[in-house]
Amino acid sequence: MTRRMWTYAGLAAGLVLVVFPFGWTLLASFKPEGEIRRDPPTLLPEQWTLGNYAGLFERTQMDAAFFNSAVVALAAVAGNLLFCSMVGYAFAKLRFRGRNVLFALVLVQLMVPAIVVMIPQFVLIAKFGLVNTFLGIILPTIVTPLGIFLMRQFMADIPDELLHAARVDGAREFRIFFQIVLPLCKPALATLGLITFFTSWNAFIWPAVVAQSEDMYTLPVALAIFSNAQATQYGLLIAGAVVVVAPILVLFLFLQRYFVQSTTFTGLK
Amino acid sequence: MVATAETGVRRAAGTVPRPLRGTGIGWLFVTPFVVVFAVFWAGPLLVGLGMSFTDMRSTDVRNPLGVELVGLRNYLRLFDDELMRRAAVNTLVFVVTTLPLTIGLGLAAAVALNSGIARLPAAFFRLGYYLPYVTSIIGIAVAWRFLLDPEAGPVNQLLAAVGVDGPSWLADETLALPVIIVMTAWRSFGFDMIILLAALQGIPKELYEAAEVDGAGRWARFRWVTVPMLRPALLFCTVYSSIGFTQFMEEPLVMTRGGPAGATTSASLAIYNQFGSGNFGYAGAAATVLFTVIAALAFLQFRLGRSR
Repeated sequence: MTRRMWTYAGLAAGLVLVVFPFGWTLLASFKPEGEIRRDPPTLLPEQWTLGNYAGLFERTQMDAAFFNSAVVALAAVAGNLLFCSMVGYAFAKLRFRGRNVLFALVLVQLMVPAIVVMIPQFVLIAKFGLVNTFLGIILPTIVTPLGIFLMRQFMADIPDELLHAARVDGAREFRIFFQIVLPLCKPALATLGLITFFTSWNAFIWPAVVAQSEDMYTLPVALAIFSNAQATQYGLLIAGAVVVVAPILVLFLFLQRYFVQSTTFTGLK
Repeated sequence: MVATAETGVRRAAGTVPRPLRGTGIGWLFVTPFVVVFAVFWAGPLLVGLGMSFTDMRSTDVRNPLGVELVGLRNYLRLFDDELMRRAAVNTLVFVVTTLPLTIGLGLAAAVALNSGIARLPAAFFRLGYYLPYVTSIIGIAVAWRFLLDPEAGPVNQLLAAVGVDGPSWLADETLALPVIIVMTAWRSFGFDMIILLAALQGIPKELYEAAEVDGAGRWARFRWVTVPMLRPALLFCTVYSSIGFTQFMEEPLVMTRGGPAGATTSASLAIYNQFGSGNFGYAGAAATVLFTVIAALAFLQFRLGRSR
């Protein structure tokens, strides 16, 4: 029994260390700048204020950035749900020449560091006239190796007899895919949607390269640029960090089952 | 992952009934990947490789014909470049320390969560530990820079309360990289924890019972049952994390911009900076070396992981 108590104590101590930066920062975002810097510090705000948030939205275009982030993330989700499941289906259930080579390429892409292809990608985007557009931010990750891998692994477990029966009945492959396969993949699709959403929402380097005017910034880009300009205005910066992080935290709290599943999917099977 | 993927392909190839329509339909389904891969990944990879043998600069983008071939000069320059050498060393130090730290923390958390504690608290802890992994790096950087601020930050205020004069963490050449290492492990171990936890839950109870009957103690059971059964999951964590950690860049970019004095400049960040200064050819050479190292590393780990 004492061993169990020690386990609980260790886990709890770990949790405090992990969550402390979140909690402290969140509370500090409701303190006036003077109280944030006070020594010794206060844990709970003595004087609750939304002034930091008001100041943030006054000084930056965070509202536009919020909208941009939502557009980019939702478009990436839509693209990945459709395309990753199509490609995953082909790898799991269709036979065609070159399948194994193509699948090896999926794994190769997983290993290509973003920095290695970034500039040629940018030159390409520029040639297409897509600099400073949503399309330019989204296109390179509209279908991702991790998503393909996840969908393929999930679809591999769908019984072949089911598809075969439909084929014998004369159903075309696209109908089988949309009417039989996709409805069976709801858990995998939910997981893929979530991974894509949070990856896209948190993406920072590529959006910073493509978005060039303030009205096109996504949230992380807007916050990064603001933090370079205002390195010590902690009240405003912390409020900005909360605005960037909060939507993901809320999603996470409600849908944590799928988040956890997503990680398990990528690792195992 | 390659290992499981390949066996998956082999298994699938044996059992799939041939679709009624020919091979064309498969290609139709994979078209989205083929197009995006060719245009945005394979193409740029080759362009980057080509660039690395030229003296291309950002000003040459409009007129690629003005670029001259310089052979291996960019590659040779890499080895004489003090900053690149420092970036390589920083990357090595970062990977070698962050990798075991992250996996160790993930394993400890997974084992603790799997040691028979009640369901609800276990879910609660798991949720908390996984939180930093899904959080935006720039949000985290803002929070950590505030926490570690030499005057306004609570960390140094806490240290002062016990009589310790806290350093200025991110401005100190010897402390900046360790801070980023700790931050990365803090942020990433939840991922390994989830994977290892799933693997732990998949170990048959009978194995432990049999080991206990044979007189194996707690440690012996961990060493000779748990660890071998976790091998595939540990291998995956190692490969996946080391690929990610070798190309780390966002963390120093948002925490320190590679400073102070290059103390936290990683290989990727050094390449990014070269791009920023317009040295496309030189950056291409460094990027090619980095990709080669990562590919070799992944290949080697799979070889080692499978051969045992």
